[in-house]
Order: sequence, then structure tokens, then C-alpha cells
Amino acid sequence: MPDLSQARRSVLEGLGSSDGAHGALSLLPPISRLIFRGRISTIGRVAAAFGVEPAMEPCRAAVSGERAALWLGPDEWLLLAREGEAPAIIGRLADALAPLSYSLVDVSHRQVGLKVTGEDAQAILNAGCPLDLDRHAFPIGMCTRTLLQKTEIVLWRVAEAAFQLEVARSFAPYALRFLQQAERDL
Amino acid sequence: MLLIDCPFCGKRPELEFRYAGEAHIARPADPSGLGDEAWGRFLYGRGNPRGMHAERWRHLNGCGRFFNALRDTTDDRFAATYKIGEERPMVAEPQGARKA
Repeated sequence: MPDLSQARRSVLEGLGSSDGAHGALSLLPPISRLIFRGRISTIGRVAAAFGVEPAMEPCRAAVSGERAALWLGPDEWLLLAREGEAPAIIGRLADALAPLSYSLVDVSHRQVGLKVTGEDAQAILNAGCPLDLDRHAFPIGMCTRTLLQKTEIVLWRVAEAAFQLEVARSFAPYALRFLQQAERDL
Repeated sequence: MLLIDCPFCGKRPELEFRYAGEAHIARPADPSGLGDEAWGRFLYGRGNPRGMHAERWRHLNGCGRFFNALRDTTDDRFAATYKIGEERPMVAEPQGARKA
């Protein structure tokens, strides 16, 4: 198979991260992303092979080192790891889960990571996201699929004033420009 | 904005949800044994009640799961939401309020 990792460029290159506004937006470097779907009984083996115990509590992310497992649905998790690790993770999970049925899809190139930081992060996101992002309603470690104006995103609060967004590659320029506009409008 | 109580994620804005028709309509176990009329009833016969309606919803831009809900078709209030496979909960319907 040809090595495409050298050819990987962000779809957002050249769009600028912040347009000279408050500097709240930044692009995240490429990472490995996998969607795991399987029964609850498979989770113990996933935890052992992946190194992160996927959260059972709805809308919660589990983090260990540079890896994370985000709850997206009652049988669906988004696994994040360092760039280039996906093939090795798929191999390890395949070994660990051998006789069980599950689904594991490499979506590393399907979506793009963005970060919104600072005390205005909530206001910027709420320009297009109808969720209550107050820290009591949306605490640190909470993650969920939701909407940003017209596009679906995965929103994850990684710190008190820092949110990570995963947005589909084809919608990323739209999402970034929308957030830039929201930042300018503050 | 109307909030819908997803059985998995909790109260979420209605934008994230999609309506998916009347609930509790079981596909006949043996379709080839049915007459045209009975099959047509399964495909197209719907209650369309004025008042409490059991219906399927999908939390499309959230956990992605289907669930059932009891919604009052006259005022759009959700009386209850429950997971697929659970019994329809008993919800008291206000009487007399919805005479045409």
C-alpha cells in the first residue's frame, strides 16, 4: 500500500486560525480516530487492548495519556490516538476481540479537530450550538455529538475554558468560518 | 426551544431529533400469509389521534438511537420518553380540555 501519511494536509490550511480576533480558535494536528461499535460485553477487552476504559456513563470521555475514548452512543465510542497509530490499534483490537462481533472503522481522515479556548469559548460555540454549555450542565470531560449551526460536530469539554470539536472534513471550512465570524461578533 | 428528554443523553434541544412515525407497530411475523387488506393496514393504517400519541423519535445528531415518546398532538408537549422495547407508560390525559 502506498504511504499516504506524507501527503496528508489539513483541509483548513490557509484559512487562518483566527483572523486577528481574540485568538480563541486553533486547528488541531492530525490524529488517529476510530469508531468502535459493539456490545457492552466487549468493552473489557477494548479497555485492555486500547489502554483506555471506555466510559459507560452517557456523554463522557475517558482519557489515558494521549489516548481517549469518547462515548457517542450506548454502543458507540470514538477512540482517539496519536497520528499513525490506527493500523496498530486495529490489529490489537482485532486480536483481543477475535470471536466477538463488533465494528471498528478508521475515520482518521473523515474529520478534522478544532479547539476553542478562553473565557469566550462558551459564547462562541453557543452562536451555533443550542446546548447549555454552563459548567454545571456541561462539565469537564463531557462529550457529545451535537449541532453547530448546519453541521454535525462532536463537542468535548477538555478543560474549564477549552472545547475540542470534531467536524466532518467537508464541513470543516464552513465550521471554521462560522466560528471565526462568531468570534468577531463577540 | 423545545427540549426532548432522550432516554440516553437527557434533555436536549429538539433540533437534534427526527420524528420517525407512530410507535408500537409490529411487523407481521408471516407477511406472505396475510391478505392484501391486512398488509395494507400494517403499511398505511395509522391512528392519527388527537391527544396523546405514542411515536418513535431518533436522536439523530446525538447518540443516534431510536426511542419512543408520548406526545400530545394538540399542544406538542412530551409526556414521557422511553427506550425501544419498553412498555408504553401510563400517562393521565387531561380530560375535557381538547373538545373541538
